[in-house]
Amino acid sequence: MSGLSRWAGLGALAIFLAALPQALPNNYYVDVAVLACFNAIICVGLNLLIGYAGQISLGHAGFFGLGAYASAVLVNSYGWPPLLALLAGAAIVGLMAFAIARPVLKLKGHYLAMATLGIGIIISIVINTEAGITGGPDGIAAGPFSIGSFKLAGERDWYWLMAGLLLATVWLATNLVDSPVGRALRALHGSEVGAEVVGVDTARYKVMVFVVSAVIASVAGSLFAHYTPQLTPTKADFFKSIELVTMVVFGGMASTFGAIVGAAFLTMLPQVLTVFEDYEPVILGGIMMGTMIFMPKGLVPTIAALFNRRRP
Amino acid sequence: MTLLRVEHLNKEFGGVHAVSDLAFTINPGTIHSIIGPNGAGKTTLFNLITGVYTPSSGSILFNDVPTAGKAPYQLAEDGMSRTFQNLQIFFNMPAIENVMVGRHLHLDRRFLPSLLRLPGIAKGDAQAREKSTELMRFVGLEAYLKADADAMPYGALKRLEIARALAAEPKLLLLDEPAAGLNATESREIDEVIVKVAKSGVTVVLVEHDMKMVMGISDHILVLDYGKKLAEGTPDQVRNNPDVIKAYLGGGAA
Repeated sequence: MSGLSRWAGLGALAIFLAALPQALPNNYYVDVAVLACFNAIICVGLNLLIGYAGQISLGHAGFFGLGAYASAVLVNSYGWPPLLALLAGAAIVGLMAFAIARPVLKLKGHYLAMATLGIGIIISIVINTEAGITGGPDGIAAGPFSIGSFKLAGERDWYWLMAGLLLATVWLATNLVDSPVGRALRALHGSEVGAEVVGVDTARYKVMVFVVSAVIASVAGSLFAHYTPQLTPTKADFFKSIELVTMVVFGGMASTFGAIVGAAFLTMLPQVLTVFEDYEPVILGGIMMGTMIFMPKGLVPTIAALFNRRRP
Repeated sequence: MTLLRVEHLNKEFGGVHAVSDLAFTINPGTIHSIIGPNGAGKTTLFNLITGVYTPSSGSILFNDVPTAGKAPYQLAEDGMSRTFQNLQIFFNMPAIENVMVGRHLHLDRRFLPSLLRLPGIAKGDAQAREKSTELMRFVGLEAYLKADADAMPYGALKRLEIARALAAEPKLLLLDEPAAGLNATESREIDEVIVKVAKSGVTVVLVEHDMKMVMGISDHILVLDYGKKLAEGTPDQVRNNPDVIKAYLGGGAA
C-alpha cells in the first residue's frame, strides 16, 4: 500500500467511525457497533499473523480470554486499578506467547493449526475449571472501566473509546506492514528460505508477530472484561477462535481493512439472523467454505481487484 | 587470499552420498562455475555453502571463518547471497518489494520505530525503493517496475531473484542455474549481467547447464560427478579433460 492510499483509507475509516453513531437509533445498535470494534481490533492483529506472515492460529480466543480474565480477576479479587490490570494482562500474555511461539512456529500448516488449537483449548479448560479464581462457567464481573476518578459509563462512551482504539490499531498495523519489518513478514509468507538468504531471521519475525497479535487480543480482552456485565468462559473457547479466523478469512487475508469489514459483518450477522441462533456454527462454516471456494482472497481484495480490472 | 574454502565436505541423505570428500577454494573477484551431470550434487553443494543444509562432515570457511552452525540469514549478514533453481519468489508481493526485501540488512528494522513509522523509516524505505528500481533496471526488468510478482513470466522472475540477491550487496553471490528455461537471447543478456556484477567486485559462483555461458564467462570451473570432484581448472583445461568428456558424453566418446 502506498503512503497516499494508506492515509486515504485511514481517513475514510475515521470519518465513517465518527459519523456512525448518528445513524444508530438506540443503544442496542451502539452495543453491536462496540462489539464489532472489539472484534475488528483483534482481527487487525490476527491478520498480521495469518494474512501477512502466513501463520495460522486457532487459539487466539485463548489470548483474548487470558487478557479478559487477568483484568477481571486482578480488579475484582485484588482491587487493582483497571489500567494496571490491563497492562499486567498484556505482559502475561506477551510472555506466554513468547515462550510458546518458538517451538510452535517451527511447525507448519496442519501441525501449526493443531498446536495453536491445543493451546486455545487448554486455556479454555483452565478458565472453566479453576472456578475458585475465575468463577468457572458462571463467570466473573470486572466492574466498570475507570482511570482515577474518570469512569467509562454507557454504550456511547465505550463506542468512542473502542472506535479510537480501532483507528489507532489500524494506523499502527499499516505502519508495520509497510516497514522493513512488515516486508520481512510478508516475505517469509512467500518463501521462508528466500527470505533467509537475504538476511531475514524468519524465526525471530514469526515469534514477534505472534506475540504482537496475542498482545492485541489480550488488550481487547481486558477492555471487554469491563464492557461486558458478566465475563464467561465462552468468550475464550474454541468456537470464538474459529469465529475470529473466519472474520479474517472472509474479510480478506493480508488486507487490514478487509479484517475490519469481516469483523463488522460477522458481528452483525447473528443479530440479523437471531431466528437461526442454534445454527450459528453451521452458518459460520458455510461462510468459511463459500469464501474459500468463491473468493479465496476474501471480500475486500476481491472487490478491489474487480475495480482495478474495470479501470485499467 | 581465498573468499571461500571447502575442505573434506560430505553430505549424505540416508545411504546416498550427495557430496563426498569435496575440497576447493574460491578467490575473490572471479566468476567460478560448478558444472556436472544431473544429480552430481551441485544444488546440494549450494545448499551446504549457504547454510540451508548442514554438512555430514567437513568444513566450509567463508572469509576464513567457519560457517558451521550458522543459519542462512547469518551467512547473509556475513555477505553471502543466492538465487534458487526452483524459484523462491515472494509471489504475495509486488516485484519491486521483492527486491526491497533484499535491502533488509541495510535498513532500520527496529520494531518500535517501524510501528510508529518514524521519519527515519520512511526515508530508509524511499531510498530502498530507489535502489531497488535501479537494480531492476540493471538486470533488465524496467518493464516490471509496477508489476506484481505473480504476474511475471519465468525469465523475468529469474532476473528478479538476481536483483533481490544483489540488493543485499553480497561479497559472494551464488546463482543456481540463472539461465535455465531461458532462450538464447535471454541467456546472453544474463551473461552480460553476471559479467557486470563480477566487474563491480562481487565474487560470483554459478551452477549452470548452459555450456556456452559457462565457457564464455567463467574464470574457473569445477566439475562434479556423483558428488566428487571430477576436474577443475580454466575453461580450456576443463574442455579438453578426457574424464569430463567421458562423464558428459559416455565412455565410448572419449
